[in-house]
Formats: sequence, structure tokens, C-alpha cells
Amino acid sequence: MRTSFGERLLDLAVSGFLWGFRILIVLIVVLGTFLTIRAGKYTGEQWIDFVVFGISQGSIYALIALGYTMVYGILRMINFAHGEIFMSGAFGGYFIATWLTGIGFMDKYPVLGLIFSMLFGMLISTLIALLVERIAYRPLRGAPRLVPLISAIGASFFLQYTFRGFFGPGVYAYPSMKALEGQWMFFGIGILKVQIVVAIAAFVMMAILYSIVMFTKIGKAMRAVSENKDVAALMGIDVNRIIVTTFALGAAMAGAAGVLYALTYRQVNFFIGFTPGIKAFTAAVLGGIGNIPGAMVGGLVLGIVESVGPALFLDSLGIPRPYQLKDAIAYIMLVMILLFRPSGILGERVSKKA
Amino acid sequence: MNKMMKKDNLTWIAIKTGLLSGVIAIFLCLIGMVEVFSKRDVVEKIITLGDFILLATAVSAGVIAARAASQTDQQRQPLKFLFAGALAGITTGVLIAAFIGLSQQINLRSVFLSASPSLFNLLTFKGGTSWIWMYPAIGIAAGLLGTTLFLLPEKFRQPITRAIFITFLMALFSGLFRVVMINQSSGIAKLAKYLFGQTGLTLSGAIIFFVAVVAISMFWSARSKNLQEGFARIPKRGQTSIRGVVFALLAYVVLMLPQVSGPFIAQVIVIVSLYALMGLGLNITLGFAGLLDLGFVAFFAVGAYTVGLLTSYGIFGLQHIPFWVAAPIAVLVSMMFGAFLGLPVLGIRGDYLAIATLGFGEIVRLLAGSDFLAPFFGGPQGIIGIQKPCLGTLGEFIRVDVPRVCNGLEFAGPKEIYYLAVASAILVAFIALRLQRSRLGRAWMAIREDEDVAEALGINLIQTKLLAYMLGAAFAGLGGAIFTVLVGSIFATSMQLIVSINVVALIIVGGMGSIPGVIVGAIALIGMPELLREVSEYRFLFYGAALIMMMLAKPEGLWPSQATLRELHHEDAGEDSEIAPAKSSQAKA
Repeated sequence: MRTSFGERLLDLAVSGFLWGFRILIVLIVVLGTFLTIRAGKYTGEQWIDFVVFGISQGSIYALIALGYTMVYGILRMINFAHGEIFMSGAFGGYFIATWLTGIGFMDKYPVLGLIFSMLFGMLISTLIALLVERIAYRPLRGAPRLVPLISAIGASFFLQYTFRGFFGPGVYAYPSMKALEGQWMFFGIGILKVQIVVAIAAFVMMAILYSIVMFTKIGKAMRAVSENKDVAALMGIDVNRIIVTTFALGAAMAGAAGVLYALTYRQVNFFIGFTPGIKAFTAAVLGGIGNIPGAMVGGLVLGIVESVGPALFLDSLGIPRPYQLKDAIAYIMLVMILLFRPSGILGERVSKKA
Repeated sequence: MNKMMKKDNLTWIAIKTGLLSGVIAIFLCLIGMVEVFSKRDVVEKIITLGDFILLATAVSAGVIAARAASQTDQQRQPLKFLFAGALAGITTGVLIAAFIGLSQQINLRSVFLSASPSLFNLLTFKGGTSWIWMYPAIGIAAGLLGTTLFLLPEKFRQPITRAIFITFLMALFSGLFRVVMINQSSGIAKLAKYLFGQTGLTLSGAIIFFVAVVAISMFWSARSKNLQEGFARIPKRGQTSIRGVVFALLAYVVLMLPQVSGPFIAQVIVIVSLYALMGLGLNITLGFAGLLDLGFVAFFAVGAYTVGLLTSYGIFGLQHIPFWVAAPIAVLVSMMFGAFLGLPVLGIRGDYLAIATLGFGEIVRLLAGSDFLAPFFGGPQGIIGIQKPCLGTLGEFIRVDVPRVCNGLEFAGPKEIYYLAVASAILVAFIALRLQRSRLGRAWMAIREDEDVAEALGINLIQTKLLAYMLGAAFAGLGGAIFTVLVGSIFATSMQLIVSINVVALIIVGGMGSIPGVIVGAIALIGMPELLREVSEYRFLFYGAALIMMMLAKPEGLWPSQATLRELHHEDAGEDSEIAPAKSSQAKA
């Protein structure tokens, strides 16, 4: 095929642009890091604080991202309402925690109290996710891609404003747990108890999910369905049941994440699901969407970069209040991943097929 | 035996329907809708909006039960139908009554904010629990009403349902009509007072609307064919002149509307036009070329900031040129920005593209609102003091914070900007219409259907895709430019992701790739909720529910283009084959 001069010029411009973009980002990262470290504005303790906060935040993202990734793996659908499922879990946890604190149970048995509130949050979020799946997604299976996406956007709005109707637009203060106040000392470095507990709880949940997916029969069926629905059905797997189970598991993880989020930020509101939802989705893409370990890694990476990034890359470049750009760093990372490694950190799928 | 089974089945279906609608009724109570809506009337002193929605759940339970009965039982036995409807209705009623009874025993308010004493006062007619037996009784009546509606022959059913619907709409918008009409001559004002009360329709108004709609729609269904034939019989020149007259009348209404309706409705129409502009833009990228962009607000922001920076008399204004020069520059800048954002994502397809563009949209908003770029874009304080468009000459500056004096017609408020917005929307719709049929438009559609085949056919993918991004961005940029002068200031916080989502949703609801669909979608998703500001607390709830229902019932949109209709019935038949085929694919033509 003959290509004209103009077309070749255009090709050249495109690849030049992409390379320029790459070089710019690398330059910012390298230069920023170098300058920041040379300036020595932050102490080692502060850096550890950033990292620990990043891990605890990232493990929450990872828990939410699991739901996105599993649903995408099976249905090739972005469950836009997943952030709201997360929010419903936070509300469930809030009410049970308030009640337990009220009757004095929380002070006596903090671990049990935490477990109960997480379980209740998970229960609520699972119920809501099943309802949403039944009403808004299941009838649309097999419809063109955009149709379930719009339905999911609708479900997201509907859930948000249902919760606003139920509980009002105000912010609820999550009850404080005495056992989680203060710091624990590790090698002379104080780390907030809440963050450690959140990270541990999240890792436990992830371990449970991972073993369900890898070592149980239903997990095997889930993997089979995500590989190929038709063949799985021929092997005698009830595909519908597996899809519902996937939604339920993802929602349970999101619900647990909601309680942990509420524990960290001590605020519950009908709108809290929005930003973490999009961030977690970013995390899922970062790790390679459809890939379960990928979602965990992606969440952690996102959390840490978001927490460390503003100070490390931007501060010494003379950018005022770099923390405002924390989200921008997350999205730039997302775009970079999509451009240069669309299959994600751990992914195998090729984007050209998407 | 078999018959028994069937009957049992029918009973069960009726009870299930009743339970479902009862749960919906309780849901409406718990989200506070019943209480809020009871302050508005459908018919004054007779039925409030709150009562109406509760009643509507029971009536629709009756309709659904009757429909289910008609499916289980082929011989139409009216008694059986009425039985099913009554059963569904009574179940709804019993459930509501149980809910009220329960609320007297335990304090629901500790969890649900809306389960307030005033709600229960309302539900029990201020009479305590002694009145709750009313609910099953009302439920039976409503269920029977629903069944009767279903059983009516088509000839009557359609006009009556239509009349109920339109009367209800009239009641919803009665406040608007009243305000508009009362400012007119005394005759119209009197009519307004006769038809519309303070909070809803008057009884006489409701009856008049109901009867009028029934009469018109029965007349129309009987005569429409004759009328159409009559029109066809008129000679060609006569037809053209009739069309011309209709068009002139339409143009007159569009021109006069803001003068008659006042600034509020003008503002709503401006916002609808702006969304239509963005929708037309995205319709090129998504509807024609099939490139899903979830960060479309970025281009809107670029247009807005360009005009802001070029015309503002505040501290951030770079230049102080008139809007008429700034707007084309804004369109050009948006176009360049479209190419700039389009370049990196050229190779990305499908869902990944959606996410990448979503990321871009958010990055633009975050950067524009950050302290980092505050010296240029005002950061969180935004850009204020944007010069309004002026037809005529602009005078000199007096001080920095004072606008230049406009010697001529100034587009100061929504009533004047209305013309600007509507004219731009019409112009852009025309351009889009021409583009659709052009060589470029056909290339876009080829890419949408199959990129690889399109490339093999000699379409330059890079160039064609970039043009789609650029033209889409140009339209959105124009929207942003007009938005800026409407508001007079820009803040990064108005460039939320939700705007992009709204635009995608309005295209899909209107019908993807269809230009009239974009307008219809903008009116339905943006205009209607804006007009119903009084119940604004629930607008996003309705919005969400409407999106879901729309996708379930009519995924091709309100005004689909022919191509989309075809596409929807064929796509995804191969690779991602379905387990449970959606309704749409069953109805393959």
C-alpha cells in the first residue's frame, strides 16, 4: 500500500508525541526525586509514615478493586455501581458499631466488635449487590457493551440517592474505638494503630478471597467461567450461579473495605463511595483487569504512590501544596499504564482485543 | 388438577406482585419521598403528590397482576382477573399497614432519618393506628382499578392512560404554567387561576385536562389516517406552504419564548442547549466513530477557560477582547486540545479507552483547580468577572474590576444568552447532520463497525480518529464558551466527572448516533430534572432509575438512528456470546 508523505508525517508525529510524553514523565519523576532527596526536607520517619499510610489506604483500594476485577473478568463489564456497594458497607458497619459502642460491647471486646461490624457491613453490601445484579444487570447480559455500562451508572446514582433519602445528606461520625487510638512503636518509630489494623484486616480478607478462588470448587468454577463461559457451561457449571457468587464475593470485599475506610476516616456519608470507587477501578486496571493478584498489587501500588508521590516527585519542583495533585498523580499513572503497558502490572490480556 | 395448579399459580403471582409493590411503597416512605411530595398537590384539596405515588404503586400492582393473569390464562375471564388485581392490591395495602403498625412498636427513626413522626401522622391521617385498616381497603380498590384499566378495550385504555399521564404532568408543572400565564393579559391570568392552583391543578383544571386529552386522543386515533390522506391530497405547492407556515410558527415561538416565559425557563433551555452542544460533540466521537470518551468535560473546560482568560476583566484576564472573537479562538483551542488528548489514546480501544479518557478528564479538572496552576487559572478561586457578549462597540475600561461598557445590545442574562445558545445548538446540529452524510462521516461509521476492516478499505485511522476527537472537542468547547458567559465566572469544581457521565447518558438515552436523539436526550435527562427543581432532592434518584429502566426497556434510545437499530440487533452475536440473551436480541428483526 502506498502511503503518502503526509500520512507518514502523521505517524511520526504520533510516535514522537508518545515518546515526548514518556520522557517528560520520567524526567519529572527522576528530577523530583533527586531534588527532594538532596533537599532532605522530610525525615526518615515521615517517609515511613507516608508509606504506612499508603499501604493502609492501598489495601482498602485493593479490596474494592477485587470486586471490579472479578466482575470484569467474568462479564467484561465495568460495574460502575461498585463504589456505592462499598459505601453501603460503610453504612452497615457504622450502624452496628454505633450500637455495639452504645451497649459497651465495643470497649470490652474490641476485636469481636470490629469483626461483627465488618461482617454486618459485608452482609449489607452483599445483599445490595445481589439486588442490583438481579434488577439492573442480569436482564442485560449479552446486550451491547454500552448498555450495561449505562445501567450500572444508573444503579450508581440510584443507590447514592437512596442512601441520601434513608440517612440524609449529613456526615455521620463513625464511633471511635479506644483500642485503636494512639500508636504502636516499632523500632522506635510510632505508627498509628488504626492503619496497622486496617492493613492487617484487609490482608486477611484478601487471603480468604484468594484461597476461595484458588482452592475451592466454586473458585475453580469461577476461573473456568472467566476463561470461557460456553465451555464452562458445557462442563456442567451453572454459569448463572457463578456470576451471582462473583458479585456476592466482590461486594463482600467492598463492604469490608467500606468498614475499614470508615474506621480510618471516621466519616460516613452517602457520597463517600464515589472517589474510592474510581480509584479502586484505577487500581484494578493498574494491576491488569481481570487478574485477582493484580488487583491487590495494583491497589497497594496506587496507595503508596499516591501517598508518597506528591512529596517525592512534586514538592521540590516548586509546586505549592502538592497534596492537591495526589489524585492527578493517580490518574497520570493510570493513563501511563494504559498507554505503555495496557495489560497492567501483572496482566496477560492484550488491550487490542478489548 | 391442572386447573388447580394454574389457579394456585395465579394466586401466588398476585401475592408476589402485591408484596413487591408494597415493598416499593415502603421504600418510597423511607426515603422520605412520600412526606416531601405530600406538600405538593396533584389536584388541590383532593389528592397530594405523596398520596398519588402511594396509590400508583397499588394501581400498578393491579395492572401487573392482571397482565400476569392474562399470560397464565388464555381465556379472558374477567372475574379471575379482578380477583388477581384485588389480591395484589390488598397485599400492598396490608404491607403498608404492617409497616405503620411496626413503626408504632419500634423506633425506626434511629436508623432511617425519614421515618419521622410527621410521616406517620400523614400515613395514619393523624388518627393513630385505628385508621390503618383503611390501607387494605384502599389497596383492593386501587388493585381493582388497575385491573379494570387493563381489561378495558384498547380503544378506551389508551386515551385514558394517556390522559392520566398528561394530567399528572400538567399537575407537576402547574407552578411553572401558573407563573408564566399570570403575567400575561388579564384573560390568560384568569384562565391560569382557574386551571392551576398554588400547589397543583384545581379540580376543574384536572377535569378539563383529563376530558380534553381523552377527547383529542380518541378523535385522533379515529381520524388521523383521514387527516394524513387529506394532507397528501393537497397539491404539492400547498403542502410546501403549509410546512412553511408551521415552520414560521415554530420559529416565532422559539424567538418569543424567553420574553414570555421569564428568565428561569430561558436558563433551563440554555442549559439544555449547552448539554445538547456537548452531546452533539460526543455524538461524533462516540455515536459516529464509536470512541467512548468518559472525560468529555475536559474539552468543555478548555473552551470555558479560554473564553474566561480572553475576556475576563478580573486579575486573570490575559486579554479583554470581545466574546465574538474569543469564542472562535476557544473552539480552535478546544480542537487542538482534542487532538492533543486524542493522539496518545489512538491505539487504545474499547473499555480501556473509556478509562483513559476518564483519567484525562479528571487530570484536567484537578490541574485547573490546583494551587500549582493558580497563577494562570485562578486555582480554587476560579476566574471571575467575565465580560458578557455585546452586539455593538465596547467602550473603554474604567478600572480593572469594572467591565467595559457595552454600547448596544448586551447579552446580560439567560433571556438574551438563550438566543446565543439555541442558535449555536441549531447551527452545530446542522453541521453534524451534514457531517454524518459526508465522506468523513461514513469513514467514522466504518471505524465504529470494524477498525481493521476500515483500515483495509483504505481509511486512514489516525487521521479519521483524530478528526473525530477534534470536531467533538470543538462542539464541546463552544458549549463551554457559552456556559462561561452565562455564569460570568469559571470554577474548576463545575467540571466534574458527572458532567461527562451526563453527556454519555444523554446520548445513549436519546439514541446513539442519532442527532434528533441527542436533543431529545438532553431535554429528557437535563431539562426535565431542571424544571422540577422543587423536588430536586430526588432528581438523581429518578435519573438513576430512569437510566436503568431505559436500558431494560428500550436500549436503542428514545429516537434511535436506523444504523443503531440494526447494529443493536446484530452486535455481540459472535464472540462474547450470551447466556441469557437480552430482550433486544430476541426481537431480532
